[in-house]
Amino acid sequence: MSQPGTPSLSGADHQTGSTLVKRGLAEMLKGGVIMDVVNAEQARVAEDAGATAVMALERVPADIRVDGGVARMSDPVMIEGIQAAVTIPVMAKARIGHFVEAQILQALGVDYVDESEVLTPADETHHIDKWAFTVPFVCGATNLGEALRRISEGACMIRSKGEAGTGNIVEAVRHLRSITGDIRKLTQADSAELFEWAKQLRAPLPLVQEVAETGVLPVPLFCAGGIATPADAALAMQLGAQAVFVGSGIFKSDDPAPRAKAIVEATTHFRDADILAKVSRGLGAPMTGIGMDQIEVTFADRGW
Amino acid sequence: MTVGVLALQGAFGLHVDLLESLGVRAVEVRRADQLDSVDRLVLPGGESTTMSMLAERFDLLEPLRDFCRSGRPVFGTCAGAILLGSEILDGRDDQHCLGAVDISVRRNGFGRQVDSFEIDVDVDALATAGLGDAPFHAVCIRAPVIERVGDGVEVMARIDGSPALVRDGAIMVAIFHPELAGDRRLHELFVG
Repeated sequence: MSQPGTPSLSGADHQTGSTLVKRGLAEMLKGGVIMDVVNAEQARVAEDAGATAVMALERVPADIRVDGGVARMSDPVMIEGIQAAVTIPVMAKARIGHFVEAQILQALGVDYVDESEVLTPADETHHIDKWAFTVPFVCGATNLGEALRRISEGACMIRSKGEAGTGNIVEAVRHLRSITGDIRKLTQADSAELFEWAKQLRAPLPLVQEVAETGVLPVPLFCAGGIATPADAALAMQLGAQAVFVGSGIFKSDDPAPRAKAIVEATTHFRDADILAKVSRGLGAPMTGIGMDQIEVTFADRGW
Repeated sequence: MTVGVLALQGAFGLHVDLLESLGVRAVEVRRADQLDSVDRLVLPGGESTTMSMLAERFDLLEPLRDFCRSGRPVFGTCAGAILLGSEILDGRDDQHCLGAVDISVRRNGFGRQVDSFEIDVDVDALATAGLGDAPFHAVCIRAPVIERVGDGVEVMARIDGSPALVRDGAIMVAIFHPELAGDRRLHELFVG
């Protein structure tokens, strides 16, 4: 037996970084809440509330939206501070196409990399070749074609994008409905129609055929972008999301700790209206939120 | 027979699918009263701290302990192993375990996700039960390490020398994920 707390596997017959292992962690995060945090103190609030993972970033999307400028990968010192503060998985964001930021995040030992439209894209044509990494990736998608393109590049988890930093669930609902609705249509298509579907979706035919056969994405589908209340989280789950990301919605609210806890409880009991009513009580003011006609930059349009 | 799968958080859906593919009725369990109507129980993988908190907040800890004491079979995988054990190492101070099997379990004992791995393990009990002598493909995701087993706990498989699959009476515990790799034999053993 090795020393406690150190990786103990020495044999040559084990494999790390496989698709099964990378998609496997996404399976373990199902039914849970992944929370954006900007420092160790917020990370502890998230873990205390029952978050399954935290997303370490320098500014929550609502602040990125207000501040403008170029949003980049976080400082490694900040990410390491959060890794030291909690025992749950720690994720971090790299810019779209910025494979060196992703290399750095893998070297830091983050548990998942989010190739995220919330940061300023580094490449306006290419996403990261995610097959080249041991660390798994999550990517955003607004529709089924975008989701399948990201999966073809090696993404092991898809999150519907929504519109981050708005506290407005409307775009998340649109994207989730678009993805799950097209999956339902694919399962009804005959084999000849799948060729046309692949063209229209701009997605690889084998993935289109796989989804038509199974009726689900090949990787877990989570929801992000605009969740601000327990009811929002339960809505995303009832619409077919398998877990939720909450960004600005917790730490831009009046009283983050009880809200974080309530969103965790609502995500578990997402079909139980009595429990949803109970956990929604007396949480103080949610983040103010903004309408889609008031925003200057649409993060969801980033990604190709 | 009805098998309950604790569905507070984690990979409960994969267990339900796998059990149903074996022709067994499987139901998700989120409330204590749902335990009354199940004959066996699976505690799935996921985040053990989240499960502990939700079990506490929704008054499931004592009902789960009663279930384990009742002699009805229970199978815990990964986070489920942490929950079923008698001691948690590297856990949160407020983290609960059920004490259903006398093992000390260290969370994330193999390291972070970049250290997660898959490996073939030999499980003699499968051959004994007539389920074939092929090795079992074990997928370990931020897996815990069982650092101590108490008297009377049977070690059924090892990874790198440490216990990976153990059994004590009706309680079986795996540090890996039999629901992930498409091999149904451990679930067959559990419901058989």
